[in-house]
Amino acid sequence: MLGRLRDTIRNGLRKTRESLRERIGTILPAGSGGREVDAAMLDELEEALVLADLGAELAMELRDGLEEKVLGKKVSGPDELARMLEEELLALLPPPFPEVRPESGPRVTLLVGVNGSGKTTTTGKLAARWAREGKKVVVAAADTFRAAAVEQLVVWGERAGARVIRARHGADPAAVAFDAAKAAAASGADELLVDTAGRLHNKKPLMDELAKISRSVSKTIPGAPHDTLLVLDGTTGRNAILQAREFARVTPVTGLVLTKLDGTARGGVAIAIGRELGLPVRYVGMGEGEGDLLDFDAREYVRGLLEPAGGAA
Amino acid sequence: MFDSLTERLSGVLDRLRSGGRITEKDLDRALREIRLALLEADVSFKVVRQFLATVREKALGEEVLKSLTPGQAVVRIVRDELVQLLGGDGATRPLAVASRPPSVYMLVGLQGSGKTTTAGKLGRWLKARGRHPLIAPVDLARPAAVLQAIQVAKTAGVAAYEHDGTGTPVERAREAVRHARERGFDVVLLDTAGRLHVDDALMDELEQLVAAVEPVEVLYVADAMTGQDAVTSAGAFRERVPLTGVILTKLDGDARGGAALSVAAVTGVPVRFAGVGEKVDAIEPFDPSRMAGRILGMGDVLGLIEKAEEAFDREEAERLEKAVRRRQFTLEDFRTTLRQLRKMGPLEQVLGMIPGVKLPEDAEVDTRQIARMEAIINSMTAEERRNHRILNGSRRKRIARGSGTSVQEVNRLLKQFLDMQKMMKKLGGAPGKNRLRRLLGR
Repeated sequence: MLGRLRDTIRNGLRKTRESLRERIGTILPAGSGGREVDAAMLDELEEALVLADLGAELAMELRDGLEEKVLGKKVSGPDELARMLEEELLALLPPPFPEVRPESGPRVTLLVGVNGSGKTTTTGKLAARWAREGKKVVVAAADTFRAAAVEQLVVWGERAGARVIRARHGADPAAVAFDAAKAAAASGADELLVDTAGRLHNKKPLMDELAKISRSVSKTIPGAPHDTLLVLDGTTGRNAILQAREFARVTPVTGLVLTKLDGTARGGVAIAIGRELGLPVRYVGMGEGEGDLLDFDAREYVRGLLEPAGGAA
Repeated sequence: MFDSLTERLSGVLDRLRSGGRITEKDLDRALREIRLALLEADVSFKVVRQFLATVREKALGEEVLKSLTPGQAVVRIVRDELVQLLGGDGATRPLAVASRPPSVYMLVGLQGSGKTTTAGKLGRWLKARGRHPLIAPVDLARPAAVLQAIQVAKTAGVAAYEHDGTGTPVERAREAVRHARERGFDVVLLDTAGRLHVDDALMDELEQLVAAVEPVEVLYVADAMTGQDAVTSAGAFRERVPLTGVILTKLDGDARGGAALSVAAVTGVPVRFAGVGEKVDAIEPFDPSRMAGRILGMGDVLGLIEKAEEAFDREEAERLEKAVRRRQFTLEDFRTTLRQLRKMGPLEQVLGMIPGVKLPEDAEVDTRQIARMEAIINSMTAEERRNHRILNGSRRKRIARGSGTSVQEVNRLLKQFLDMQKMMKKLGGAPGKNRLRRLLGR
């Protein structure tokens, strides 16, 4: 799995320029016996972090931290500097929350996020993945707002062999979720996935509706939702922090899904979210195939961040 | 979380004014603040660098260094340059019309950027302007994408070229154009497949579509929340398809929207429309100056500065400032402030420009009210204006009669004055803060 992630990232980058390591390499030629780290080198690191969407303030902070440690000291080569930064970044990523598995009945996963972030696709991929693992999966098509969202999910459901609970376009999403929870419990399902309509986090009525959906599943299945995944478009910039804060306010968000990382976007804003809100990344979406949802691997992710983003082209 | 840029710049530059001229070094410090503000608004790193080089040059050329308010002078240059990059102040160019109908408008962009929704909105917008648009879905890759476009078209009250999603995008696009020509539609809105820009297959498909149906507009649909990757994706599309404009979506969110600047800079084409809501009519022609203010996170502070500078009598303003510094803010000074506020225009409009100020729905502060307040002060004697403490009951009654108001109103004005005086005293004790903010009591 890890190898694949690496390959996918590398393939996406094949045409892009040299890696940050290589760039550091030009400043620190191998075999030169080490050179003092200077401001220019740190500038490059900072630039890479900004380009990865960590945000200018965090990038500067990391740079300053690194500067204190290494400025004026000899480092053995580009790898050492990159490795130090890697460790700093890893330390900023919170570990996943412990998995909650209900003693009986289905485990409920709610998917939330802004418009176009990839909720329906992620729901489909999770359904396919769990069905492949031999679990019985029910999907609630609670996005009754967007045109054809239900039909899109039905296609995924058929592929995956998961039952899709649906209602007519415009129906009350909380009612769909409620019905699906009942159906899932009655049919002895292992997993219930609830796909919701995309909504911008600054629209209060829509956020209230989301809280209602979250409550409605708990009426049939106590303790549900056991997982609430915030789906973030990996190309999103600073606004993702505001999204995470607002969604976590109305639903018990337990983790992030970073989508669309098969391009050149690095999704570095997840570091800022992890630090500010303590929310861990759980899955990474890499493409359109059923298998293209991967478990989050912090080290792979951090290495991906330090690859050059396209902005340097 | 984000300080307003004006505040930051004034902090850096205006403070130095009392010590004489500011230096190039001071200017560079100010530019660093702008850099940070732009990066935090998600403007691309590279675009920021180029942008600042231009601003620096202009700032040196325009003698900002000698300005009384260098902070504001720099902000104005930044804003003007932003507006320029975003398409200028002039009216946006209308959508092109093909010499032989139908005019094909092709929507391209990444997954989830909002192409289909935009097709519906744009279709409705065109229809309301007497055109006959046909929405043609040619995204045959994503499950139910064709169905989604058909449903969106229906909601928007726009015709759609319906098909079952089989065949190839080029075949379907050609059919749609033929269909439009036969049925008298004069616009075809081609809703293409979204994918990632590194996807060569998609780019090939878009190239083939361009060659097959010769669109007069190729509009790149971009999500306003995009981060640093905005330049990469927009650049990749520009390399392969002849973009003629940008449509920015999800502007009803609270993103700063620096992506607008990145995309405009990289594609070299203007932003033409903005998507501002979930409803089918939530689309409007793009407004560069509003976007500039948004990116800088300053409400329309720039407009405010301009208005203030137009209205404020510099001498009076300086006298007022001295009064504040002496901590002797009198009713006389209060009247001066009111007069200047009145000159700035409707107060709601002025207050609305200040970021973070939310006016109550039934905001009653209008210029007429300010005029009444002024009348009350006018009815006072010079001594009363200098020393409000002597205003006893009978004096208040006289003033009410003289100004055609009531004692209650006189009392309310005095209360407002005392509040303002208290605030001014506080501010007077804290030198170095932005003068304008002080005048406005913020």
